[in-house]
Amino acid sequence: MTVTRRALLKGVVAAGTVATFGLPVASATARERKTPPSNAVGMLYDATRCIGCKACMVKCKEANGLPPEPGPMKGVYDAPADLSGSTKNVIKLYKEGDRISYMKAQCMHCVDPACASACMISALHKGQYGIVEYDPAMCVGCRYCEIACPFNVPKYEWYTPFPKIVKCEMCRHRLAEGKVPGCVEACPREAVIFGKLKDILGDAKGRLAREPRRYYPKIYGETDGGGTQVLYLSAAGIPFEKLGLPALGDKPAPELTESLQHAIYQGFVAPFVLFSVLGVVIYRNRSAQPPGEEEKR
Amino acid sequence: MSHRPQPIGGPIVTRPFLALLAVFAAGALVILWRLVVGLGPTTGLNDGYAWGIWIAYDVVSGTALACGGYAVAILCYVLNRGKYHPMVRPAILASALGYTLAGVSIFIDVGRYWNIWKVPLLWNWNRNSILLEVAMCIMAYIVVLWIELSPAILEGFEQDDRYPRLRKLAAFIHPYLNAVMMWIITLGILLPTMHQSSLGSLMMIAGQKVHPLWHTPLLPLLFLTSCIVMGYAVVVFESSLSSEVFGRQRETRMLVSLSWVMVDVLALFLVLRLGDLALRGRLGLLLDFNMYTVFFLLEMALFLAPALLLMKRERRYNPGVEFLCAMMMMAAGTLYRFDVYLVAYNPGPGWSYFPSIPEMLVTLGLVAFELMAYMVFVKRFPILAGIAPAAAGPSPGEAVRVPAAGR
Amino acid sequence: MEKENPVGGSNALLARLEARGVSRREFLRVCTIAAAAVGLPAWSVGKIAEAAALAPRPSVIWLHFQECTGCTESLLRTSHPAVAELILDLVSLDYHETLLAASGEQAEAVLHDAMAKNAGKYVLVIEGAIPVKGNGAYCTIAGRTAVDLANSVAAKAGAIIAIGSCASWGGVPSADPNPTGATGAPEVLKGKTVLTLPGCPPNPYNLLGTVLQYATFGTLPALDALGRPKFAYARTIHEDCPRRAHFDAGRFVERFGDENHRLGYCLYKTGCKGPKTHANCSQQHFAEVVGAWPIGIGHPCFGCTEKSMGFREALYATVEIDRPTPPDTYAPIHAQHRGVSVAAVGAAGLVAGALAGAGVMNAKKLSDAAKKEGERKASETKQEGQ
Repeated sequence: MTVTRRALLKGVVAAGTVATFGLPVASATARERKTPPSNAVGMLYDATRCIGCKACMVKCKEANGLPPEPGPMKGVYDAPADLSGSTKNVIKLYKEGDRISYMKAQCMHCVDPACASACMISALHKGQYGIVEYDPAMCVGCRYCEIACPFNVPKYEWYTPFPKIVKCEMCRHRLAEGKVPGCVEACPREAVIFGKLKDILGDAKGRLAREPRRYYPKIYGETDGGGTQVLYLSAAGIPFEKLGLPALGDKPAPELTESLQHAIYQGFVAPFVLFSVLGVVIYRNRSAQPPGEEEKR
Repeated sequence: MSHRPQPIGGPIVTRPFLALLAVFAAGALVILWRLVVGLGPTTGLNDGYAWGIWIAYDVVSGTALACGGYAVAILCYVLNRGKYHPMVRPAILASALGYTLAGVSIFIDVGRYWNIWKVPLLWNWNRNSILLEVAMCIMAYIVVLWIELSPAILEGFEQDDRYPRLRKLAAFIHPYLNAVMMWIITLGILLPTMHQSSLGSLMMIAGQKVHPLWHTPLLPLLFLTSCIVMGYAVVVFESSLSSEVFGRQRETRMLVSLSWVMVDVLALFLVLRLGDLALRGRLGLLLDFNMYTVFFLLEMALFLAPALLLMKRERRYNPGVEFLCAMMMMAAGTLYRFDVYLVAYNPGPGWSYFPSIPEMLVTLGLVAFELMAYMVFVKRFPILAGIAPAAAGPSPGEAVRVPAAGR
Repeated sequence: MEKENPVGGSNALLARLEARGVSRREFLRVCTIAAAAVGLPAWSVGKIAEAAALAPRPSVIWLHFQECTGCTESLLRTSHPAVAELILDLVSLDYHETLLAASGEQAEAVLHDAMAKNAGKYVLVIEGAIPVKGNGAYCTIAGRTAVDLANSVAAKAGAIIAIGSCASWGGVPSADPNPTGATGAPEVLKGKTVLTLPGCPPNPYNLLGTVLQYATFGTLPALDALGRPKFAYARTIHEDCPRRAHFDAGRFVERFGDENHRLGYCLYKTGCKGPKTHANCSQQHFAEVVGAWPIGIGHPCFGCTEKSMGFREALYATVEIDRPTPPDTYAPIHAQHRGVSVAAVGAAGLVAGALAGAGVMNAKKLSDAAKKEGERKASETKQEGQ
């Protein structure tokens, strides 16, 4: 069965066109939007209450057994410039003219985490209470999670031969003992609070309602990127992008990728079909050849 | 001039071989160092750019450049163009070596390599992970490639009087191999279709971190098409070079008709690429002048130039033009992949990446190893066809810059 | 307590000071400190010293109302050097109820005489709050209410200084429920410029600086909206606190007596009002003993200078930061990370260039060879054809 060039060209263009239009259609029949588990916990960070004291950073290091990280002033301060392989929680400063705001950066514990979708054997996975947990026993260190996370949260231990991925896990070891996360316990102003996601979301809405002039009119994480279990309130006039929180829209990244993947590979149907079709074609081609011809190849 | 594949013969240790060995040795030392100190001191990788050239080149581009076997297999076995058969074995050899080295690169790149054995275990699988599918497909395809290459290896042992035991073993295995070869070949076309497209899907999850000129749901199709472009380009490149270097007859007829095929696939790629941008309303981005538009235009130039050049008949017959176009196509596909993974990838302000010199040494070292292995294989096993009998030709080891046209 | 103007110039003053154990060096040192505290340039020290010695001493009338006399005491308790001595020599302290030797009618006579003699020129210092409830009945001296006294003495004053928190804004007596209606002098003496030196007690150096400037140049230091001299009250305790580094690094005392307390960590969490309290205690300690101030001895500041803080806010409640001034060691929103190595870029460029160049050269070679071959074949065919 010989295929003319024209037929080949036609077929390929047709396939390409189908793919171009078919894929968005396939994505439209996307998988359902994920919701947080009923016992989901979360943290609410109110930037207007934060005084930048960094007690939460210090406590986080203590609670998680992390080493200090000298910043630009080496050997003098534990002053990390960003999250890193030894820093799971960092207070950042936003300053523009006279306007100042602090920003607590750590894992957002997304409702539909891109890192967990990306991780090959679920070293990062959504666990109890909706916390995004890390299991080093399953991690191969491929760092795909770092590529996937829209907040650039997971960090890697670059300077050791036995590295791990490092990120906030909401002090689940403390939760197991009935305590709250370290940062929440240390905060002197209750700028960051912990509780059931339902409750803290209600709390955030209440704050916006009671003092609308104090806050930027949005709760970040309510729907951003499909929703996160760490919510943010910002001061009036300071949009979240200025604090480093990206404008993500409502759709979580895994929805697109998983719809695409499943459209093609669901139940392994398409690969099996392709295999069968190819097999038939190749078989017929080979049968058409005179015997012994293979030897000449 | 024999049309059957034959080992080229000749000494393995030549000056080029030694030069490559030196490069490989340097790379190997860096690999050892990486195992001792970790990735931080040895590479330019960081938390903003967690994937560097070991992924973007060694794995993503390297496997695409190793798609010669895939591309030629489609021509030969699916579209039944028997005349391309002499190109299959060398293409499969290059593919087998390329993919194996991509696998080695993965081992070197991952931080907790001692856990890699857990990945193929079915019960651990996160079926949502595109990377998992890529990993499994590549692992399977490496096996398939070596099985596809094994007839050549077995023939080599069968013809060799020095190892009678091996010869007997080879003769024993051969018929069984022939029986399953059809399924292996079929797999050898299915698997790259799956994972080469998925290598494109891999970057989709990065969302806004990939520049909209590159981020599209069409990434898998674009990667698949460009990998076929690169596959043909590599076959032409390799065929051309090995004719020059090893003094074998140029496979002119096949190369010429391959050029025509390449034009079609290039055209398809360009239509898809630009059509996708138009449909998503992103063409306007090209009006800004910034680093992204520069790289995009470079990509387009490298894809377009060979398409335009090869459309003219007499140019297709010009081995110099063919060779140059093949190089441009390889560069185009590689640049496209570098763009998606590194250039268009922007994790946010404050991050930058360029591979460190040790990092580049590892890549060069692995490529050098691949070239050395290629040399060993073509000299000792029946891979290349059209070889002149050994007495008539110059010793391959010295034929580095011998004009091959006319031999 | 009248003193005669010194005769014989500076030597006379110096001789007197020396007799009380204040050396010339100590005298100049105090002048320098005071000048620096007020923000006067170095050249003024000489002038200050001269003025201290030579200029006619301004008359000071010091009234006491609802006070504990702590302000006077904090002044008198300084001894190394004897700031009190200095002040008392710089000015002519005509009326001061605590230090007055006389009492009763004689004391009142002194007051009237001083007012008459220096009308329009004397400095009125008020110590203590002024009760306004019940027509001011809660504080009467010689049958006159404090309100009345304050108003009448202030009417002819050249400058009015309210010393201490009580005189500045009401202080302790004004704490809830404030049954006497204790009020600060600025509120009672409406329309007049009142320089306030809040503090409980205020730092005597602040008074010294003010008096020195007035005595030397006849002017009062620059004041803020509440009448506080900016040289002492422009910044909060938090801005200049010696424990600020601990605050910035997140190291806090959790409970009095804990390990962190022993290490001298920041007292913010124990309710330090430093972030909202304007004063210079963190730079100028008390009783000339280094570290003799609340935070220095391990107790949080309770905001004694601030009307909103002192005797109002719960002692151990935390407060917001006024005018936060984060140091540079905060992580920025987008940190700058390690850049690229120029050497690597160069090396990569070389390798890529070499490969590309080799490829292009090879292509050219193939092209030329093919052309030659074509020509050779053409000539062969030609020959055959012939």
